[in-house]
Amino acid sequence: MGNGTSIGKVRGLGSAHNGGHHWLLQRFTAISNLVLVLWLIVSLLLLPNFSYGAVREWLHRPVPATAMALLLISTFWHARLGMQVMLEDYVHTPANKFACIAALNLAAFAGAAFGLFCVIRIALGAA
Amino acid sequence: MAEPSNAPAAAHRARPLSPHLSIWRWSPAMLVSILHRLSGNGLALAGLAVLLWWLGALAGGEESYKSFAGVASAWYGRVVLIGISWAFFNHMASGLRHFVMDVGAGYELEANNRWSVFTPIVGILLTAAFWAALLLR
Repeated sequence: MGNGTSIGKVRGLGSAHNGGHHWLLQRFTAISNLVLVLWLIVSLLLLPNFSYGAVREWLHRPVPATAMALLLISTFWHARLGMQVMLEDYVHTPANKFACIAALNLAAFAGAAFGLFCVIRIALGAA
Repeated sequence: MAEPSNAPAAAHRARPLSPHLSIWRWSPAMLVSILHRLSGNGLALAGLAVLLWWLGALAGGEESYKSFAGVASAWYGRVVLIGISWAFFNHMASGLRHFVMDVGAGYELEANNRWSVFTPIVGILLTAAFWAALLLR
């Protein structure tokens, strides 16, 4: 911690000890979440019904499948960043904090991978 | 804080040391902040779980989709889906407020209180509009 510039006085403070990059990524994924989840909401409202055939026919098409894949990446990334901040605030023991964030990362990557696999299967499988 | 060693005992009574919910007077901005964290973590846990269940059921075939649809259209499934949609619209409204404040706007006391009151109301109105559009189409 320096005593010269104002950035030097705050560097390394806070419960995470760093975070400029984390904070920016939270904003970037927030913007993509806004676009992609609003796309999902409008798409759901425009579906003729929620039967297996209608939903599958919709998600089978290239643009909805691509948007859903991006939505999975963006929302899981954003959720991972957001829950990390929550854990840093509420889990105070360093070892427990590390374990919680490690578990969060495993769950976020596993969830996103499963969702992407499902989308690929729907998009590339027989309708 | 340095105290003279001969200070009267009354000066040593317990003082609040760090911010804690119980010692603050409630303000709208505090409610928005708590709802933002609550709805965000709700979306991360329940919202993404239901999204994965929906996609997994859809990828699994007609039978697995039928079991998902059965739970989703039951009253308890509806309660969860309405909760998730509220969490999204609330998180979106307070997230947009974050964007405004990120550029340094909206910190004046009156404007801050006004938008803090509006934010959760917008979240509830959008949730109601979404379900009205879904059920009345």
